[in-house]
Amino acid sequence: MPTRGRLPLRILALGYLAAILLVPVGAVIWRAFGDGIAPVWQAVTAPDALHAFWLSLLIAAIAVPLNTVFGIICAVVLVRQRFRGRRLLDAVIDLPFAISPVVIGLALILVYGQAGWLGSWLAERGIQVIFSLPGMVLATVFVSLPYVVREVAPVLREVGTDQEEAAWTLGASPLRAFLQVTLPAIRWGVAYGVVLTTARALGEFGAVTIVSGRLAGQTETLTLYVENRFEAFDLTGAYAASLTLAVLALLVLLAMTRLQRKEGR
Amino acid sequence: MAASTLARGRAGQEVRGGAALLRGTVTLYLSLIVVLPLTAVVWRSSRDGWGAFWEAATQPQALAALRLTFAVALAVAAGNVVMGTVIAWVLVRDQFPGKRVVNALIDLPFALPTIVAGITLLALYGSSSPVGVDIGYTRAGVVLALAFVTLPFVVRSVQPVLLTMEPDMEEAARCLGAGPLTSFRRIVLPTIAPALLAGAALAFARAVGEFGSVVILSGNIPYRTEVASVHVFSLVENDDVGSAAAVSVVLLATSVLVLAGLNLLQRRRTRHAD
Repeated sequence: MPTRGRLPLRILALGYLAAILLVPVGAVIWRAFGDGIAPVWQAVTAPDALHAFWLSLLIAAIAVPLNTVFGIICAVVLVRQRFRGRRLLDAVIDLPFAISPVVIGLALILVYGQAGWLGSWLAERGIQVIFSLPGMVLATVFVSLPYVVREVAPVLREVGTDQEEAAWTLGASPLRAFLQVTLPAIRWGVAYGVVLTTARALGEFGAVTIVSGRLAGQTETLTLYVENRFEAFDLTGAYAASLTLAVLALLVLLAMTRLQRKEGR
Repeated sequence: MAASTLARGRAGQEVRGGAALLRGTVTLYLSLIVVLPLTAVVWRSSRDGWGAFWEAATQPQALAALRLTFAVALAVAAGNVVMGTVIAWVLVRDQFPGKRVVNALIDLPFALPTIVAGITLLALYGSSSPVGVDIGYTRAGVVLALAFVTLPFVVRSVQPVLLTMEPDMEEAARCLGAGPLTSFRRIVLPTIAPALLAGAALAFARAVGEFGSVVILSGNIPYRTEVASVHVFSLVENDDVGSAAAVSVVLLATSVLVLAGLNLLQRRRTRHAD
């Protein structure tokens, strides 16, 4: 490779990354701690902030296991079964990647909202979906649905079914053979998918903001809290909550790098 | 041969019975979570007829928002084609201290919540910018926000292809007197083109739908910096669900078209690989 031309390209690439990624993130950290650590700590431990933090975790704790179980089953169906409509199923799974979160929020309102398809049926039974937890969970499940499927399917294809079939001949039931033979073999793929799903679930904003009604201390997740503080000109609060989310994002990056090495990518 | 083994024995029968159950579960889950709500959007937009849909989708403010969205998304996708290729090339072919860290940081926009991305960019490039650049609440701000959130797509799609390419061919071309640009255009570019296109398409789709970062950075000024997703949001807030559904269908159709195109591209790639 030419040494000539290499350096300018390196400078261009790193300069772009610095301007668009590194310096802005650095600036937020620097600004958040502009008045020392005390105000940041105060902002992070404010009652509404703490409530938002726990609500975000609660929603992720519901959405991530659901999508993990679904993701593994769906990957099995896509990789091991041949049936009509398989291609369509394959395509529908990617939709959440490509659809605007705002459209997803609107879609849920049209089904579960007051004037929605199921609105009056739900109201008669006193079930509130929109402007409460179930709606926020549905939105989060929607946006974070494809990750486990997309990470597990290629690994599953590679692993094949030979070992599982060997387990059957030894008398294991299909379920037991899958759980004890195949699942351990695909575990890093599952773990990688779970990390991505969690990051997406914690970071979701657009869809959740529409279905939540944004009631402070009630239906406000951490991302909504960031926007609330920003709109209220409480920049310290906004930066501090952003910092919490940024730390979570860094942990996700760390986990991703680790898992990539384990998977031998 | 796997099929004949499958057909044999009690376990094989259980698998065939279980297969239908699993397929049913997956279809039901996807239908309830994804298909049902999206059908509701299409249904709502067409409920009052084609005329009403067309009127709602082409209201001046909606049209301005859609135009801006597609123009900026195209520009950002094009910018990613250039910068994404440069970054991927540097990460694969260049050696420098800290390369691993830089490589890991490429995924930051995927991991960082979009609202935090907006706040972050505004802290540096907003009205109180410490570096004297103020593009908050302008179209340039929209471009910046979208460039941030779409950064990983092209890099992560081109990088693996470059990794599998030996530098021999480029070196051979260079020995035959080709300049670095010619050897890139004639040798590297044709190989990475499908991956490049796929990455750019994903970046485009993401840019068209992006909300969290833009809502902070653009200031959402109608006719000037309001993008389609923000427009849909304000329509929902104002209880104009019908118009919101109409504009949403335009966005939805774009997503479906991009995914269909990618699917076609992928199938062609695997056919060539065979």
